[in-house]
Amino acid sequence: MAEPATLKNGAAHRRSGFGDLLDSSAGRNLGLVAVLLILGIVGVATADTFLTTSNLLTILTSASIIGVITVGVTFVIIGGGIDLSVGKVMALASVWATTVATQSYGPFVMILCALAVGAGAGLVNGLLIAYGRIVPFIVTLAALITAQGLAEQISGRRSQIVTDQTITAIATTRVLGVPLLVFIFAAVVAIGWVVLNRTTFGRRTFAIGGNPEAARLAGLNVKRHTAALYALSGLCCGIAAIMIAALTNTGSSTHGTLYELDAIAAVIIGGTLLSGGRGTLIGSILGVLVFTVITNLFVLNNLATEVQNIAKGVIIVVAVLIQARARRSSA
Amino acid sequence: MSESLGRRGFLYGALGVGAGAALTACTSNAPAQSAAPGANVGAAAGDNAAPGKAVTIGFSAPAADHGWIAAIANNAAAQAKQYSDVTFEPVNPTNDIAQQIAAVQTLITKKVSALVILPNDGSQLTALGRQAMDAGIPVINLDRIFDSPLAYRTWIGGDNYGMGVSAGTYIGERLKAAGVANPVIGEIAGIDNLPLTQQRSQGFKEALSRFGYSVGPRQAADFTVAGGQRVTANVLQAAPKLDALWNHDDDQGLGVLAAITQANRSEFFMVGGAGSANAMREIQKDTSVLKATVTYSPTMASSAIALARLVAQNKGMGDLVEHEVPSSITLRSATITKDNVAEYLPLGFES
Repeated sequence: MAEPATLKNGAAHRRSGFGDLLDSSAGRNLGLVAVLLILGIVGVATADTFLTTSNLLTILTSASIIGVITVGVTFVIIGGGIDLSVGKVMALASVWATTVATQSYGPFVMILCALAVGAGAGLVNGLLIAYGRIVPFIVTLAALITAQGLAEQISGRRSQIVTDQTITAIATTRVLGVPLLVFIFAAVVAIGWVVLNRTTFGRRTFAIGGNPEAARLAGLNVKRHTAALYALSGLCCGIAAIMIAALTNTGSSTHGTLYELDAIAAVIIGGTLLSGGRGTLIGSILGVLVFTVITNLFVLNNLATEVQNIAKGVIIVVAVLIQARARRSSA
Repeated sequence: MSESLGRRGFLYGALGVGAGAALTACTSNAPAQSAAPGANVGAAAGDNAAPGKAVTIGFSAPAADHGWIAAIANNAAAQAKQYSDVTFEPVNPTNDIAQQIAAVQTLITKKVSALVILPNDGSQLTALGRQAMDAGIPVINLDRIFDSPLAYRTWIGGDNYGMGVSAGTYIGERLKAAGVANPVIGEIAGIDNLPLTQQRSQGFKEALSRFGYSVGPRQAADFTVAGGQRVTANVLQAAPKLDALWNHDDDQGLGVLAAITQANRSEFFMVGGAGSANAMREIQKDTSVLKATVTYSPTMASSAIALARLVAQNKGMGDLVEHEVPSSITLRSATITKDNVAEYLPLGFES
């Protein structure tokens, strides 16, 4: 059940609701921050290039694309659903935006195209789930397969090279020494946080995720809101599509494979319940950072691929344990 | 209320239809891909050029998620078109083993004159190859080898070990000539649990050891552009100074080069692999760190079709004395640099 811990002391809702929400989210995230610190110490101890500005910026840039996707997925999961299609919707948007036809219209149209395709795919998901009343797992799984097929069809299974200089510049530009992609990531996170925690849209998302029937009886248009959540997730995929097209210089149906697993894992590690109604955006982002730092550490230490896979699994379990303990002690 | 809702609904609907129409206009890839990306075919030589008995050649390969595999399918089809006495019977490309088995079995039932198979996995499709051979259909095993020689009439494929050796030799010679002591040599491999990746890495390592060098940072991408970019971005952080880099595959090389550009690094030179047209154009332009590539050419599919025709018609290979096509043909890996790139560019495959 939805739970800003206002019921704990029975006090009036608004102010303590805010305070408690802040407290509990900080408590949950403290565990992850501890994990990140431990990883950082391991990094400094094992690799002399870990703490350099260049490496830290590389970590942030690597995290930026999956991070943007995770913002959208966080909203969907808090709202009680799940979105398995995010990786391939991003691929589809990247392919659609980098066809010869779209590129001929210039960078602005390419960006609009990616956003439209992403949001459109998300909206289709949302409508099927909300109004068609089909289970989200099935709908988004079908969307994943369809998006991949469509991406392969449009691209002819080839990598579509980005020839537009403005788009490629997105990945090479630095503002004050920080890559533009990191700024885009930060902006999406900031806007997402504000929407989730400071607007009625966010409040409704928590309510619907916690108890959809109660929300409906309270007068919320659950169906419309659910559809909007998936459209939002799709929009994030569209933004990520432009970012990955810039970063890799290509639009391809091979982008985004298994990204949904990384995003969902990051969201869960971040403390969001898979059943919905509770969660924090910062937690999800910390989860993304944990994964990206782990990958970076592996490469800096030149670990063999097999070792990397085993170690990643172990670290995930440890992170969740630390995180659950922190949550218990702060509740 | 309902009136404004009706109008709103109409507006949304119109917006949706309009957006949909605009988006459909944006899916065309016409100019860049109107020609089947340069399929590479060869003409039969001498007596073998004369049309012989009419034969059907079945063809099965994995689904193309990779420029190299797409080129395999295109080359095979184009080569078959060259012959007036060949009917080409491709089945649906698939990455699923069970589906590939089922598809090839339909060809066996159809009793084609010869089969060209690039199996998703050589070990898992060995039984299928034997089934075809036992049914009297000669099998040309392309690239990924079956476990048993009884499963194929002729194997034709590239030299993965040789690719590594070519790359290692080029890098070793160039570094030796520049007089670099203790060079840092990086390696970006493909999918690590494939035998071909292991063979390439082994060839690379052994070739370098001939010069007294060894491989430094080595990481595996996954043959995708995004994987190449991600892994390379991290490897560049692991090695603040590199002297040379070998990337196993030119398709993932697009991402590798993107990462190098984004990190603004150029103190080293890079060697690619497989021989894509993009890579060759980069080598020709000579403006990036990519200076050479070692081939693993998808033209092997064209050659496989040519061999299938010869086997089905009971002919031998022209210049050889024997009347039979050899059981095993390993294609050499060529090293392409700026000096000879013009000659190889027509053979490059589009990513």
